[in-house]
Amino acid sequence: MADFSINLKENGGINIIELSGYLDAHTAPELENAFSGLITDNKFKIVVNFTDLKYISSAGLGVFMAFIESVRSNNGDIKLAAMQPNVFNIFDLLGFPLLYEIFNTEEEAVNKFNS
Amino acid sequence: MKFLIPKKKPSTNLILNGTDVNTLRQDTAGLIVKSRTDNLSRIRKYILDVTGKYGIEQDITDKIILAVDEACTNIIKHAYQSKPDNDIIINAFFKNGKFIINITDFGKGFNPELIPDPDMPSYLKQRRVGGLGMHLMRTLMDKVEYHSQKDKYNKLVLEKNIN
Repeated sequence: MADFSINLKENGGINIIELSGYLDAHTAPELENAFSGLITDNKFKIVVNFTDLKYISSAGLGVFMAFIESVRSNNGDIKLAAMQPNVFNIFDLLGFPLLYEIFNTEEEAVNKFNS
Repeated sequence: MKFLIPKKKPSTNLILNGTDVNTLRQDTAGLIVKSRTDNLSRIRKYILDVTGKYGIEQDITDKIILAVDEACTNIIKHAYQSKPDNDIIINAFFKNGKFIINITDFGKGFNPELIPDPDMPSYLKQRRVGGLGMHLMRTLMDKVEYHSQKDKYNKLVLEKNIN
């Protein structure tokens, strides 16, 4: 069973990470690798598109915490977009909207970078 | 683990003293998995099956599944220190208006009193990573109880009131 997958693309010069499936302690290392790869390539403007993400546990949340500092210190950001309500509820429950901008659509997040 | 009946699917729905054997097996046998993170999806599926059997609504089910995932992730990482061939036994059932999950492991125990709930604004400010599992369990469930029998077993009991 393919529990989780990542697709990388660009939109308006911004790097998009599209997530699909279940992000847990088993699959979180794949997302870490995706962030590491972007940072190695000096790509610091990142939007994560959650449209097809069905589930997240704290191991998944930890990935966003692990990279936010190095991305922001390079004048970039990790912006989050298009979360399903059940996924947003977990971010919200832990106060993550204090630290991350969360948008309804990928387009809005990309536009915020380009504004 | 000798005391556990392996979960087998009976070929027919036998009725034993008025109890469907399928139900009996589900409630008494539960799930035994090895301590590997690729089993987390099986664990979530097991909880989904049992909550589904009792018709528990989706948003409550989501909370229970996350709490159990966090508990088992902690067991894999901390109790078994990521060694993959140890047992985790999970037993979920509904009783007296509560959905109850017993999770047993045979690894290293801990003292839950030494794990305070984090202050989330300062957690975020300090860019901390990890350590949210117990906090999530306490937030999502109505009761979290932990019993550690040194060098024998650890048992975590999670309870959610169902109205």
